[in-house]
Amino acid sequence: MKEELLSILEKNSRIDFSELAVLLGKSEEEVLTQLSELEKEGVICGYHTLINWEKTSIEKVMALIEVKLTLQRGRGFDSIAERIYNYPEVKAVYLISGGYDLLAILEEKTLKEIASFVSGKLSTIDGVLSTATHFILKKYKDHGTILNKEDKDEREVITP
Amino acid sequence: MRKFLSDSVINIKPSGIRKFFDIVSEMKDAISLGVGEPDFDTPWHIREEGIYALERGKTFYTSNSGLKDLRIEISNYLKRRFNLNYDADNEILVTVGGSEAIDIGLRAVINPGDEVIIPQPSYVSYEPCAILTGAKPVIIDLKAENEFRLTAEELLAAITDKTKVLILPYPNNPTGAIMERENLEEIAKIVIEKDILVMSDEIYSELTYNGNHVSIAELEGMKERTILINGFSKSYAMTGWRLGYACAPNEIIKQMTKIHQFAIMCAPTTSQYAAVEALKNGDEDVTQMRQAYNQRRRFLIDAFKKMGLSCFEPYGAFYVFPCIKEFGMTSEEFATKFLQEEKVALVPGTAFGDCGEGFLRISYAYSLENLKNAIGRLENFIARLRNEK
Repeated sequence: MKEELLSILEKNSRIDFSELAVLLGKSEEEVLTQLSELEKEGVICGYHTLINWEKTSIEKVMALIEVKLTLQRGRGFDSIAERIYNYPEVKAVYLISGGYDLLAILEEKTLKEIASFVSGKLSTIDGVLSTATHFILKKYKDHGTILNKEDKDEREVITP
Repeated sequence: MRKFLSDSVINIKPSGIRKFFDIVSEMKDAISLGVGEPDFDTPWHIREEGIYALERGKTFYTSNSGLKDLRIEISNYLKRRFNLNYDADNEILVTVGGSEAIDIGLRAVINPGDEVIIPQPSYVSYEPCAILTGAKPVIIDLKAENEFRLTAEELLAAITDKTKVLILPYPNNPTGAIMERENLEEIAKIVIEKDILVMSDEIYSELTYNGNHVSIAELEGMKERTILINGFSKSYAMTGWRLGYACAPNEIIKQMTKIHQFAIMCAPTTSQYAAVEALKNGDEDVTQMRQAYNQRRRFLIDAFKKMGLSCFEPYGAFYVFPCIKEFGMTSEEFATKFLQEEKVALVPGTAFGDCGEGFLRISYAYSLENLKNAIGRLENFIARLRNEK
């Protein structure tokens, strides 16, 4: 039930537990117990909403930043990553295999703010060798959801 | 004009609920729970394989019996999922949907006057296909108290010395009923004893919710007297690709291939390439769709319970078949009034045989959101009907 419960919640975090119980074919108590366990274990880290900001008048600029590191004795990836992810404007940080080491996702109001973060804060961190900044121009799909998708039922109204 | 027409075709009665369908098609803003096909798009990797096949210029006929690779994959799949052993070279025929397989399967085995036993409520095409071959359809009225399973007594009562074929439509459209292993064993015993052929339509075999589907062809002594029908429409959400298959002993497949060869030539080539991909890499898609259907099924059963609407718990396909006899209306009257007052289209049980009277087919090949909306309307409607009484 754990995996099915998580995949329902990942799509719809607003669902209440009595409905969860119906969909999973379990009692409400079982679902509640499982949910609080998953929260306590930190498996469920939050209940977020997927927002397509492009459809609002609110300006946001997002950038993917590749970060190359030089590691020094006694200081691994984790400690440098921490210095980066502690900035609230950094939305995500991943350790990456391949041509660079960290991928940071940054969200700001203007392009200028991103530029100043990269040159003023990110590049000056000890151990950051170089950065490459990619601005996001358009989001097609986010968190498994196709944005701007027309939801039209193409089927006949009644078929045997 | 009539003198130009075939008597046997004229004698096939048009669907009894034509009138209802006409009203539905005029109501543009109705929401529907009346569709007998998945709401999911065909998984992208399968569609993409179809596109690649077109790009590579795979636009020619395939062999009559279908792409060899596809028949091999079907054979592997049936072994893997249902413990069935069919030889890709001699015992599998790729058809234009399960529908074609039903049609030519019956044509390959029926002599005029043979009797074909058809349990109802069931899919609409068995009876007309049987009639077109010159067979006499013998209908078994399945019972709600048996959860619409076919029982040994019902079968025995329908068998005569002219009985040639039993059609076994499980998991069932429209009732959602399934047959479990012990139910099938009872049927198999009689079928073998009376020397009857079974046409087992297992198009919904991937959509069962209380354990894996069991095919009657798996039971001892049954493979040699079974025409197994399956396809890609329901399991992989590929209805528009028109692709199915029949598995049977070589003697039967040979005759079916003859009809197929002259009537159809071969199943659509693009679809066949896509289907190879479906069978090779589509198990996870099927699992996910099954999980989604199962959640909706549980939602509906729970909603009916809360409304006090009588309905057995169906474990197959994507239909529920609630009983509306308490309202003193025919299925068609109920469906028409519901459509007019609440603008929701669902199918009267009588579309699937006279014994569907008093029942409705509700499809859950719709998103939970749509189902909630429609069920809310059903709740209002039923509350009004109960108040009026």
